[in-house]
Amino acid sequence: MTAPLIAFRSVSRVYGRGEAEVRALDGVDLTIARGEFVAIMGASGSGKSTAMNIIGCLDRPTAGQHLFQGVDAGALDQDARALLRRHFLGFIFQGFNLLPRTTALENVELPLIYKGLPAAERRDRARAALARVGLSGREGHDPSQLSGGQQQRVAIARALAGDPQVILADEPTGNLDTHRSREILGLLAQLNADEGLTIVMVTHEDDMAAFARRLVVFSDGRLVQDGPAAAGAGGGAR
Amino acid sequence: MLWETVKLALRTIRRNILRSVLTVLGVVIGVGAVIAMVTVGQGSSARVQADVASLGTNVLILRPGKRVMGPGTRDSAAPFTLRDAEAVGDLPGVAAAAPVSSSSLTAVSAGANRTTQITGTTSAYLTVANWRLAAGRAFTPAEEKAGAAVCLIGKTVSQTLFGTGDPLGETLRLRTLSCTVVGLLQPKGATSFGQDRDDQIMMPIRTLQRRILGTSDVATIMVALRDDVSTASGIRDIEALMRERRRLPAAEENDFSVTDMKEIASMLTGINTVLTGLLSSVAAVSLLVGGIGIMNIMLVSVTERTREIGIRLAIGAEARQVLTQFLVEAVVLSVIGGVMGIALGLGLAALASDLMAIPFAPDPGVVALAFVFSGLVGAVFGYVPARRAARMDPIEALRHQ
Repeated sequence: MTAPLIAFRSVSRVYGRGEAEVRALDGVDLTIARGEFVAIMGASGSGKSTAMNIIGCLDRPTAGQHLFQGVDAGALDQDARALLRRHFLGFIFQGFNLLPRTTALENVELPLIYKGLPAAERRDRARAALARVGLSGREGHDPSQLSGGQQQRVAIARALAGDPQVILADEPTGNLDTHRSREILGLLAQLNADEGLTIVMVTHEDDMAAFARRLVVFSDGRLVQDGPAAAGAGGGAR
Repeated sequence: MLWETVKLALRTIRRNILRSVLTVLGVVIGVGAVIAMVTVGQGSSARVQADVASLGTNVLILRPGKRVMGPGTRDSAAPFTLRDAEAVGDLPGVAAAAPVSSSSLTAVSAGANRTTQITGTTSAYLTVANWRLAAGRAFTPAEEKAGAAVCLIGKTVSQTLFGTGDPLGETLRLRTLSCTVVGLLQPKGATSFGQDRDDQIMMPIRTLQRRILGTSDVATIMVALRDDVSTASGIRDIEALMRERRRLPAAEENDFSVTDMKEIASMLTGINTVLTGLLSSVAAVSLLVGGIGIMNIMLVSVTERTREIGIRLAIGAEARQVLTQFLVEAVVLSVIGGVMGIALGLGLAALASDLMAIPFAPDPGVVALAFVFSGLVGAVFGYVPARRAARMDPIEALRHQ
């Protein structure tokens, strides 16, 4: 049996010490397989962002194991985890987090620079990624010349360009109106359905979570619900 | 990868062009000042050496009074006489000895006048000073003896008094003395002190003594030793002769001095080197200040770009790569400043060399050193900001507004 893509083995994450101790995650077990589209929900402070940071190899568990393709990612050093992020993970953020005064194409090329690809190949792959999110012809635009929805598409293209195993989306529609949000979620759902891309998404909106196929809910650092996502408005529209 | 980083750094610098220029101004001024100082210093050293070489080796200067270097009060020792100069000239080791007295007077021609230096001497002076005539002739022994009203003039005097015309045979007036120009001195340019040697009139010393100064004193005696005589033995012979002529008891110190021109030259070169070093180190301090300026701006830049750093770390940049990025940026910035400084320094030095009439002698070694050093300044002062960037926690950095 091959190792699951992502696995938490009684993961805890504790901030501070003594009186000020905060248990952001408290013995969480979670397995995410290749090809899933998982929505993580929970109130503010429930631990969902901490879980996301650990999945994204930006943070590590205080106790327990975070396995990525069977490798104990929490035990790796900083540089090794940077390499995991570079080669296997793609990030999409609430605030888009594009580099300002840098063209869409250059933004998408960024992860490929760190992958050490030659300039010509970078350009081709970045163009292809922009085409996949429907932004052909906008390569030379600055983020400031693009709408919020378009900026998030550039961010998705950036996440896709590195050819990752997982896309990690942290509140990807938090800064967008409902119409744009649906477009973005539709795009993610389509990437998941058509290409089998694994997607893990944090959200606090039920109708956005409905685009996912599996729903995981956190509360007070514990996993309180795990099952198929309700076929809501978004899911039904698909 | 490094080239990519350099390109990225250039792009970032271009984006904030005004700030970048202001940031490197310290380095520009520092490097510029060092380059200008060193270049001018070397030029003037070269000048001093050229002066001494043109004077000929083995040239000594005799002056009455105890040994004093440079300007200052001399004790009232008895002055030299023309016979002293003749006696020195008769020494076996001496090639030529010229008595010299001088005065500053206004020379008047038909259409112009000029205040210039009047040197009274003999034609032996031309031998000692290794000076030729561009036209005409030197004084004859008869003219020297009689104190005839004849003179040799420098190029500057000739141009001022007689324009482009031929000065030979013309007459110029010094107070009540009408003097016929018999020779034109070959142009020599300025001395190390910036004195124009072509701005002078030479006449037989007797003429100057009788018709202008009204004394029979000789201010200095210039001596050229024969090539086969060592400076030390030449000085010894002259000292012995002069002590005898001045009737000094054995216990008495010399009441005159014999100075070797080479000694003066090495002293001047020494002063030059010390001054250049001193000024350069002051200039180097401004390079240090420039480095601190770079550090300051890089720290600001790192803070401003916290989010960018977070993004880079999140998408897979290693800490080392972020460090390199900011370090390269600081070095590129600083090297740009260094290159601008080198250009500025060489420009200033060229200008100063022209004004001071010294050779413009840029030293490729010093230029290369300044280039490397400016890069080093960037690396040293860019390190702390770069390390701060590299050590950021990506989660915190991404949250930064």
